[in-house]
Amino acid sequence: MSTEAEWKRKDLVGIEELSREELEIIYAKAEEFKATLNRSQRKLPTLRGSTVVNLFMEPSTRTRLAFEVAATRLSADVLTVSGNASSLVKGESLRDTAKNIEALSADIIIMRHSAAGAARYLSRQIDIPVINAGDGAHEHPTQALLDTFTMREKLGKDLTGKKVTILGDILFSRVARSNIWALRKLGAEVTLGGPSTLVPKDFEHFGVKVIHDLREALAEADAVMLLRIQHERQSSTHFPSLGEYTSMFGLNEKRESWLKKDAIIMHPGPINRGVELDSKLADSGRSVILEQVTNGIVVRMAVLYLCASYAAQHRSA
Amino acid sequence: MSIHWIKNGRIIDPANQRDAVGDLFTVDGKIVDSLSESQKQEAKVFDADGLVVCPGFVDLHCHLREPGDRHKETIKSGSRAAAKGGFTTVVAMSNTKPPTDTVGAIRQVVDVIDRDAVINVLPTGCLTQNRDGKALAPIGSLKSAGAVAITDGGHCVQNHELMRRGVEYAAMFGLVVMDHCEDVTQTDGCVMNEGVWSLRLGLRGMPRAAEDIMVSRNVIFAAHYGAHIHLQHISSGYSVDIIRRAKERGIKITAEATPHHLSLTEASLKDYSTHFKVVPPLRTEKDRQALIEGLQDGTIDCIATAHAPHTEIEKDKEFDFAPFGMNGLETALSVCLDTLVHNELLTLPQLIACMTHKPAGILGLDRGTLSSGAPADITIFDPEENWVVSRDNLASLSHNSPWLGLTLRGKVRATYSEGELAYPFAD
Repeated sequence: MSTEAEWKRKDLVGIEELSREELEIIYAKAEEFKATLNRSQRKLPTLRGSTVVNLFMEPSTRTRLAFEVAATRLSADVLTVSGNASSLVKGESLRDTAKNIEALSADIIIMRHSAAGAARYLSRQIDIPVINAGDGAHEHPTQALLDTFTMREKLGKDLTGKKVTILGDILFSRVARSNIWALRKLGAEVTLGGPSTLVPKDFEHFGVKVIHDLREALAEADAVMLLRIQHERQSSTHFPSLGEYTSMFGLNEKRESWLKKDAIIMHPGPINRGVELDSKLADSGRSVILEQVTNGIVVRMAVLYLCASYAAQHRSA
Repeated sequence: MSIHWIKNGRIIDPANQRDAVGDLFTVDGKIVDSLSESQKQEAKVFDADGLVVCPGFVDLHCHLREPGDRHKETIKSGSRAAAKGGFTTVVAMSNTKPPTDTVGAIRQVVDVIDRDAVINVLPTGCLTQNRDGKALAPIGSLKSAGAVAITDGGHCVQNHELMRRGVEYAAMFGLVVMDHCEDVTQTDGCVMNEGVWSLRLGLRGMPRAAEDIMVSRNVIFAAHYGAHIHLQHISSGYSVDIIRRAKERGIKITAEATPHHLSLTEASLKDYSTHFKVVPPLRTEKDRQALIEGLQDGTIDCIATAHAPHTEIEKDKEFDFAPFGMNGLETALSVCLDTLVHNELLTLPQLIACMTHKPAGILGLDRGTLSSGAPADITIFDPEENWVVSRDNLASLSHNSPWLGLTLRGKVRATYSEGELAYPFAD
């Protein structure tokens, strides 16, 4: 099967608009790239001569680095622009900044932005591919791709009927939203857990369960995904304190016993050790957190490759 | 002597329960019952065959941006936009720069109105100094300077004691306090309605409770202090219910709904188009239906546009960073015809009542009627004519309309303000 022939998107803005078939195209390509990871010559010539711009308007370490590594492995030239070092702090609009980057012959923009919908907005302004590296609380598509890619490795390629529990700050989490869309498309059953102020019942409209009882939320899970508690965003209104959160909803060794014996523990990072996840569990045999990070390289290579290929074909057409 | 003879139109004057094909006459800016033979010889004749002839529309809530933001709108451009939409009286909000919280500021606005407005533009004065909700503005003096109502225009006074004293004090002068009902402790940083769509889009949602709480507060103040509080752009179904119960108890509360809250829901935001970013936010279909029911049973007294122009550059940005508000004056009639009349939710006379004598009555204005002797404010429109909303055919300086590029049904053909043709424009 010629996978790239079926990828028909210039941009990757979100998981919600993708079909299951499109997810499978990305996984297949990522598997191909993963097979090259341990070669002595790991650099592929695929994007040689291309310029990839990382436009990161919010702080990020692993996502930005993973995109840089992915683009470098594909032989692209990578430039990184951070928000506080760009003309946006001088009042330039996002549209003008992006137009200028495009005019400087960039081939792809990878953007992280604090505003939901910013990646979609940008994708309509410019002709080169836009890869969403996280837009506010909306989506973080490559994170969901690497998460589900990791689950497919650990739980089996067909996730139909697998049970995934996502715990924590769902309300403000772009990771949770993208994972909900991806997992539902793949046939998995999703449960959301955490305090009612961070996990509103209205999420049930997306075909997931909302459970505030931690024991019940954990009991059936094949995978548990912890989310970082973004205390800085909640202004002390969504729960009383980190201590209260940890005592009521943190995953610790006692609560680990409520899990099935082969359930895996995931976290998109950065981890608040001892808050949402006990430090020992983060480093335990159940944890696949570092494998998620490694898989983040190959799914991003796949996304860069597919979008760049589509854009190149589109230009030549 | 200025004499007009509007012939053979369907004359709808809800204030006088008139709905019949006939002729309408004006002499020197007033409606008259008939013309003498010599006057008929002199009259300018408008053939309104097949058209609706009604009182000029009255909008209790628009932002004309002058002084301060003349790049968005001016009193001249805003009044022209109003005339094009069939409005002959508009009430301008106080959130100009500077705000109309002093006698001097009101006089400045009145001077510009006298010079530039093509229709009847009425200024409002602030309830609090600088609209910051900390100390009362000189309400009585503002009335003397020309303010027809008191409002912090887009701001809701959060301090209940200050609000209570403000409505009490304004009532002494017979002034209506118009309030934008929003508990800002619940809406800080929020950009749309709180619900399934805000979860889906990852945007921070304003709960209905933020509106409902302030509507309840205002009902309580109106009940306790006998003040007349007008509730602006109601959007929540629960608020409609609160207002309904208040009216049943005889409390002096009035309320308005906007064409956009009557016709659109939060689902319109699915592509993050900033045209739909308004406050209070577009809510759910259930809320929309409740607003329509409120209009039908009189709980909602009138339709107001909340015309809030912003330039394309200001709106062309990330959703979180774009300002709230949309244009409304030029599309109000068409949108309401389409949503309410063509869907048989209101009759045409009922809609016209909500845009004429009912809003005029809230502020005690002698407008919105075709009674003999009334100001000759007249709107003539074709309820069936299609038109396409485009940047080129909007008179407003801003083109911030979610209906841009769409075909609307129902078009104003002519607007007379005190007997003078305000639209079509002379230039």
